[in-house]
Amino acid sequence: MTVLDFWRSHGAEAAALLWQHLYLVAASTGLAIALGIPIGVFAARRPRAGAPIVWLANVAQTIPSLAMFGFLLPLPLVGGLGARLAVTVLTLYALLPIARTTVAGLRSVDAALIEAGTALGMTARQLLWQVELPLALPSIVAGIRVATVIGVGTATIAAAVGAGGLGEYIFRGLAMVEPTVILAGAIPAALLALVLDGGLTLVERAVRAALSRGRAARVGRLGLVLALAAAGIAVVTAAVVRDDRQIVRVGSKNFTEQIILGELLAQLIETRSSLSVDRRLNLGGTFICDRAIRAGDIDLYVEYSGTAHSAIFHEPANTDPRVVLDTVRRRYAEIGLTLLDPLGFENTFAILVRGDEARRLELTTIGDAVPYASSWQAGFGYEFLERADGYPGLSRTYGLAFATPPRAMDVSLVYRALAEGQVDLVAGDATSGLIEAYDLTMLADDRRYFPPYDAAVVARSATLLAHPDLRDLLRRLAGRITVGEMRRMNHAVDAGRRDPARVVAEFLRTLA
Amino acid sequence: MTQDFPPSEIVLRDVHLTRGATPVLRGLSLQVERGETLVLVGRSGAGKSSVLKLINRLLNPDRGDVMVCGRSAALWDPIVLRRQIGYVLQEVGLFPHLSVRDNVGIVPRLLGWADDRVRARVDEVLDLVELPAQEYAARPPHELSGGQRQRVGVARALAADPPLLLMDEPFGALDPVTRSELHTAFRRIQSRVRKTVVLVTHDMAEALALASRVGVLADGQIIVFDDPPAILRTSDARVRPLLAPLLEAGAALRVT
Repeated sequence: MTVLDFWRSHGAEAAALLWQHLYLVAASTGLAIALGIPIGVFAARRPRAGAPIVWLANVAQTIPSLAMFGFLLPLPLVGGLGARLAVTVLTLYALLPIARTTVAGLRSVDAALIEAGTALGMTARQLLWQVELPLALPSIVAGIRVATVIGVGTATIAAAVGAGGLGEYIFRGLAMVEPTVILAGAIPAALLALVLDGGLTLVERAVRAALSRGRAARVGRLGLVLALAAAGIAVVTAAVVRDDRQIVRVGSKNFTEQIILGELLAQLIETRSSLSVDRRLNLGGTFICDRAIRAGDIDLYVEYSGTAHSAIFHEPANTDPRVVLDTVRRRYAEIGLTLLDPLGFENTFAILVRGDEARRLELTTIGDAVPYASSWQAGFGYEFLERADGYPGLSRTYGLAFATPPRAMDVSLVYRALAEGQVDLVAGDATSGLIEAYDLTMLADDRRYFPPYDAAVVARSATLLAHPDLRDLLRRLAGRITVGEMRRMNHAVDAGRRDPARVVAEFLRTLA
Repeated sequence: MTQDFPPSEIVLRDVHLTRGATPVLRGLSLQVERGETLVLVGRSGAGKSSVLKLINRLLNPDRGDVMVCGRSAALWDPIVLRRQIGYVLQEVGLFPHLSVRDNVGIVPRLLGWADDRVRARVDEVLDLVELPAQEYAARPPHELSGGQRQRVGVARALAADPPLLLMDEPFGALDPVTRSELHTAFRRIQSRVRKTVVLVTHDMAEALALASRVGVLADGQIIVFDDPPAILRTSDARVRPLLAPLLEAGAALRVT
């Protein structure tokens, strides 16, 4: 599939994302102009008081953008998923170039001209508006250009907090390991940056030309009107609260299975209820999804019982699926969230052997494999080798010992290494599509060494109470997705490079 | 208190001024009468510009009195004071981002004149300095020659028809021919508008050409204060060096 094909089949969506991207950049740059120029004026006038502000803007600039989103996410007013947070972060990044070029522009004004203005009887304010700002304008416009280009780039990260924009395709492509989809977002973002850079360079030249032709008054008034308009757009949209009672916001983490499950919930709700759906898929990791659902930025997403148990609620390790599920459900209930019944499959560590070998040796459990292990070679991911609940504990629990120490390799490579006979036993991901593709057999964890990772929908209790039909719909999904079906869908998207939405639609048709 | 004669337009009495650590003026006194052209002459760094800046309150004296129009400068609102004093700067100080018309109209606009009155007045003063408005008003300063820019500077200073005019080395950066043209223009204009003018220069020839009275500034004081013929005749050892270039030129002419 080429990028052009992708755009052709996703035309409306791509246009909407481009529009969102433009909006994010325009709103944040407008706000940054409205704030940055006064900050720059203040810093130029009172260097001692102004220096710390410019310093702070400098520090803000050095914070990696993803980290900045993380810091601001839990804050009131500016925080929360969506455009408002994105505009806040982008504004912070745009402030520095604008404030700094304002300072530089004001400082570059010839002292003799300032003395002339003073001697003619201008007040400090008249001097600023009639002499200093007009002469600093080309420098300020250059700052706005830099801020805009930075904004176009940084706005791609905004997709991580559900603000949309072209970053949506980049993140989706990264999760699917699909370069075409990455390019579908990256190419227009790069073009947008080039176009805006070129356009604003022309504006900068026009301003310089107008100034040297003695037309400052007109330029100044036009600039002021534009800045106020941009700031106005930003403020209005930030303040607008959508009536979203009839909209269910579905979230997901940022890997293939989660995106499929998010899409599945979204399509289910869209096709079988009167509610509409706001997809906030691909939201980064567990932490962001948890924050988002607690803050009410999303209404539901799929979590895994073991992950909630250890990573969210920090409960002591337990391997009884019933106990883990009950504990997590109780802890969720305390914070106004409902854990629905598991969907039917588990996404746990899978101890895998080649299918033909399993059939020949009649292996079904890990215990069955122990006698053969002494002549085998194992291959594990780095994380599995190190984690306390990984290889060290597994080896102790089952008395598992191999001919040579296990080979460390990237976890994405273990399936192939096993299939090609380079190793004889690996630890993979229970829902990986490659298990079936390579005819591998997952050995049952008969001693319950691994914690349970039952996938289940977490939803805001208030949302479920407000929409009984939604609750019934989600309840009917319990136990309906087998591990085989999950693997097949993962495989279709990962290896088959298929659109998650189509894969999900086909699955839902089988779900009467 | 009653006065039998109109008060002098500008009075400086025993003025002391220090800039940074260096004393610039040490007990300077002078008086400028209405309608006269006082030219202050002195070497660079003698404190000539400082005297002008004391008059429009760009500087305040450490000690002594500065009176403008019969009132202590310290009592004037500096903004109001400056709008009544035309000021022509050393480097002209035209705003590069404003057209000739906008530059000249600045003070009238600051004073809140109506647009058409500003326009008419700008045309009038541009005419006075022999830069016809229809040809020059719309142009930016950088398209003009040095002499034309200086004329615009004078027009700007005269625009609001102030009673006082301060000129800080106004013709300093020009070539001799242009300078002499402007001297002629200045005398012509001054004979029509009769402003009270204080002009500063380091060039004694310029002082003698323009002044009704000349003050020679040295060591932070006025050391000689007289009309041009008297200055030419002076035997003061501190003034003779300033006259030397003039006398040399005259002697050379006589020899050939």
